Amino acid sequence: MVAQILFLIFTLAAIALFTINFRKIIRNIRLGKTVDRNDQPQKRLLTMIKVAFGQSKMVVRPIPAFLHFFVYVGFVIINIEVLEIMIDGLFGTHRVFNGLGGLYNFLIGSFEVLALTVLLSCVVFLIRRNVLKLKRFRGTEMTAWPKSDANYILIVEILLMSAFLLMNAADGKLQTLGVGHYVTAGAFPVSQFLNGLLPSSESALIMLERGCWWFHILGILAFLNYLPYSKHFHILFAFPNTYFSNLEPKGEFTNMPSVTNEVKAMLDPSFVPAETEPGKFGAKDVTDLTWVNLMNAYTCTECGRCTSVCPANITGKLLSPRKIMMDTRDRITEVGKNIDKYGSEHQDGKSLLDDYITREEIWACTSCNACVEACPVNIDPLQIIMELRRFAVMEESQAPASINAMMGNIENNQAPWKYSPADRFNWAEGN
Amino acid sequence: MEFKVPTMAELMAAGEEPEILFWVGCAGSYDERAQKITRDICKILHHVGMKYAVLGTEESCTGDPAKRAGNEFLFQMQAMTNIEVLNAYNIKKIVTGCPHCFNTIKNEYPGLGGTYEVIHHTQLIQDLINDGKLKAEGGESFKGKKITYHDPCYLGRGNGIYEAPRKALEVLDAQLVEMKRCKSNGLCCGAGGAQMFKEPEKGKKDVNVERIDEALETNPQVIAAGCPFCMTMLSDGIKLKDKEQEVKVLDIAEITARANGL
Repeated sequence: MVAQILFLIFTLAAIALFTINFRKIIRNIRLGKTVDRNDQPQKRLLTMIKVAFGQSKMVVRPIPAFLHFFVYVGFVIINIEVLEIMIDGLFGTHRVFNGLGGLYNFLIGSFEVLALTVLLSCVVFLIRRNVLKLKRFRGTEMTAWPKSDANYILIVEILLMSAFLLMNAADGKLQTLGVGHYVTAGAFPVSQFLNGLLPSSESALIMLERGCWWFHILGILAFLNYLPYSKHFHILFAFPNTYFSNLEPKGEFTNMPSVTNEVKAMLDPSFVPAETEPGKFGAKDVTDLTWVNLMNAYTCTECGRCTSVCPANITGKLLSPRKIMMDTRDRITEVGKNIDKYGSEHQDGKSLLDDYITREEIWACTSCNACVEACPVNIDPLQIIMELRRFAVMEESQAPASINAMMGNIENNQAPWKYSPADRFNWAEGN
Repeated sequence: MEFKVPTMAELMAAGEEPEILFWVGCAGSYDERAQKITRDICKILHHVGMKYAVLGTEESCTGDPAKRAGNEFLFQMQAMTNIEVLNAYNIKKIVTGCPHCFNTIKNEYPGLGGTYEVIHHTQLIQDLINDGKLKAEGGESFKGKKITYHDPCYLGRGNGIYEAPRKALEVLDAQLVEMKRCKSNGLCCGAGGAQMFKEPEKGKKDVNVERIDEALETNPQVIAAGCPFCMTMLSDGIKLKDKEQEVKVLDIAEITARANGL
């Protein structure tokens, strides 16, 4: 009974804490500007099924795709086991789904196989990060915290899976010994090989089984509450992020309606613009970005596929699309903390542009869309870069000198170079 | 040129309408290298007897470089002025000689009141080949030659057009070889996003050199391009590598024109 009450308290506390932090993230995302991403629901759903559920953009790199697939399927399917643990924990039952008979054996058996594949995949992932030191996992933005974050996630997953297998092993042995409520249930294709490691005394076995059970479920609850602070949040946000992703051709950039109004008024003095919300052109800070940009930032799991294909980054420039996303998340988190501490009117004098992302970074972009194409969850770093450029150019007139010259040429000669418009058709005279 | 390139103004004066408007673009109008490509596109149109016209001096920058640089004002000023001209001529279909013009007119003009059917010149060439109107005969033979095609970002990733340029090359009976990074994974030439008009940021290599190194790994005789900016970047790269004699950088329109002896 005490165990049940404790279990209830831990579970409720974990869910409450997670809800608080989750709602803060939603609030932070809502600080972004509106953008309509509710059109074409069918196409959106298909995108989500293909890209998030189907992991279609992972296959470009087969080895990590294969390993990640195990961890992903493990994560989704082992949740059925968590459901059983929840019921057992609350009602003091043991292996309550046991009644499913053959199906139960099949389920537990497959969980074990999955647990093993998850475990092995995580070991390989750790080796890739810490021993092989793949280039993709390094770079200026991969400072101490992002590196530790990645390792914590992998280590916790290994521990959780080990506890699960050890628990089953102990359970299996208790079943064969015919102890108490340890009825014969489940198949243990993997954990049976751990028998040699088990203690022989009944009480030690029960302690081990209970210990692993508690470790497993408390670990999961703790891990749930780690998510809002971690890049691992992608396991939740990958789904809405792909659903609300851009469906237009990647080459198409938004036409700013506020500018359309002004240009129309300039070209036609009789034009009366429709009321639009005033505000600055482009983005200086995260709150000038759209909510989709901010959701993108919370979804990023820092895999670095974007940066590894970025022509600017490949050739040694400062720009890294992954850093753009990490900076955006860090800044919106900071803005959110300020609201919690000082209220929504507080200004800390900092901004995404300059305090996080430098001019050198945004001007190195070729707008080639390689980063957008590479992202397995349809994050769009390019849009953020473009919004920052828009602010620099339209609000501050701070473009590189040669860009100013190019724009001056378009204004005066209707071409980015300094040629006379009268000579535009001269090409037809050549041979 | 052996024939006169018709302008919209002339056609309108004669009370005629073209089947297609050829949007030349700034590079195609002023850049010496790109002018050759422009003339080759006209030669192809003339050769197949398609009724076309250009805007001539009435054409103006689409505003693409201004938009990618972040100057939405200048972009929309250009766009609306162009749309006014295009709509006044009642233009329905446009072929462009540049993926940047293509992307801008196709995707960004409709929201500002300019809706047209827009194709890139490699798509036009593919269509003409499919319709049997264009072959690869009567000119230079590319048979067995090693050709590698560089995907322009705004044609490939930007608009998902990967096949048309390759189909236009297949008809040559040449040996098409792909670079390691091609199609949706293609590497930018380094000119996009208004980079064409500025010095690159500090780094360890120029993007076009990175791309040329990759292209040269395929040991090609011809590097095929479909964009005047890629053309500049790739040609500069070849010059830098001192490979101008062995490797030619040619636009797909030029290759097509040569193969047909135009």
